[in-house]
Amino acid sequence: MTTISLKVEFSGGLELLFSNQRSHAVTIPSTDPATSKPTDLQNLIFYLRDNLLKERVELFVETDTVRPGILVLVNDTDWELEGEGDYVLKDNDEIVFISTLHGG
Amino acid sequence: MAPRTCALCESAKAMLKRPKTGQQICRDCFFYVFETEVHNTIVQSKLFQPGDRVAIGASGGKDSTVLACVMKTLNDRYNYGLDLFLLSIDEGITGYRDDSLETVKRNQQQYEMPLKILSYDELYGWTMDAIVSQVGRKNNCTFCGVFRRQALDRGAAMLHVDHIVTGHNADDIAETVLMNIMRGDIARLGRCTAICTQGEDTIRRSKPFKYAYEKEIVMYAYFKKLDYFSTECIYSPDAYRGHARVFLKELEAARPSAIIDIIHSGEAFEVREEVKATQRVQQTCIRCGYMSSNDLCKACTLLEGLERGMASAGITDRGRKQLESQGPAPDNLRTIPFFKLPLGNPTIAIESTS
Ligand SMILES: [Zn+2]
Ligand SMILES: [Zn+2]
Repeated sequence: MTTISLKVEFSGGLELLFSNQRSHAVTIPSTDPATSKPTDLQNLIFYLRDNLLKERVELFVETDTVRPGILVLVNDTDWELEGEGDYVLKDNDEIVFISTLHGG
Repeated sequence: MAPRTCALCESAKAMLKRPKTGQQICRDCFFYVFETEVHNTIVQSKLFQPGDRVAIGASGGKDSTVLACVMKTLNDRYNYGLDLFLLSIDEGITGYRDDSLETVKRNQQQYEMPLKILSYDELYGWTMDAIVSQVGRKNNCTFCGVFRRQALDRGAAMLHVDHIVTGHNADDIAETVLMNIMRGDIARLGRCTAICTQGEDTIRRSKPFKYAYEKEIVMYAYFKKLDYFSTECIYSPDAYRGHARVFLKELEAARPSAIIDIIHSGEAFEVREEVKATQRVQQTCIRCGYMSSNDLCKACTLLEGLERGMASAGITDRGRKQLESQGPAPDNLRTIPFFKLPLGNPTIAIESTS
């Protein structure tokens, strides 16, 4: 099974849900075993929810995407310009999740 | 998906979709349009005069950290001629405020602005940790809100500033509009969208980020690598505001203009004069000289309740009556130093840049 390696970062308070650790090295299969399609950002969100998230899932995921108020960046670009959950992940991509819901 | 080109400069790679307009722009154009829009808000609302002394209410959080950066940039770029200060309130919350104050101290050095930290302990003789240990976690936010508001004015008076700017953004204001509607607080609804507020003799307060979306503030901090503190207050977050916030984010996800639309709705309400009149500041507190609508200001009432071990005195009518039935306040009661508005030059010490 081929895999891809990603750098995943959480900030803006979101790191508290992930062992209070901001930066994580993540290795996931390059294709989704259920659909045999290339792994996309939505697969990654589910993977993070099922494998890395330590508490309070509702603060990270809502139905099939991140909770409103969480910004996602793909290699420093707003994921809204990259197709959001449909973005197909590449080896060495850097994905950043930032909560905007915490303190001013 | 092929990389898209910036809609403004048409050369660099687009990195952000603007929530207000849907425009796709590059990092440098984003900095420029974000800063320019704040500048336009400042100019159109005539917020400042050359020579004004302006304190930035700095919590170490994202909004005030970005505000400090943008205020410094604009003051230099457009020669506003402002003297800028950082003003922080230390509520005395271990593990929360002490950490965020470290962020403010770094801001002080990065932006070369004098910093004044005023603590609840210094002003009221009570930290929030001590208040919570007496009153529990039910009404502690009332104490904190009343004490913070007055502490900001007093800190500003100590710095002899004319004006306090705060980091409230468009999302915060839309949230407040929703909350005032849901509570039926029409007088507050009439005031909460004002970009600048000034009582009879209070220090001006304004919100240069009134039209700035939270998403853009966070992206600005991210792209500029500004460091900010983002832990929620450990003492009971404001649950009602939390629900309003989540609701607003859901609306925004469905239609990004929702935030500005709600602000416009708030602005469009015409509040009758007699409703406004009931909210006006009529007098000053007989004990501490701060603006008040009764003989005693809210902070003095809350403080007396704490000092006399009847914390509910400042919260409910019943508590107040109970306190009064115990007789007048003792002579040796701790009080807040008498409030005087600034005249002449400041005489207080500010944190040294070291
Ligand atoms: Zn550009
Ligand atoms: Zn008073």
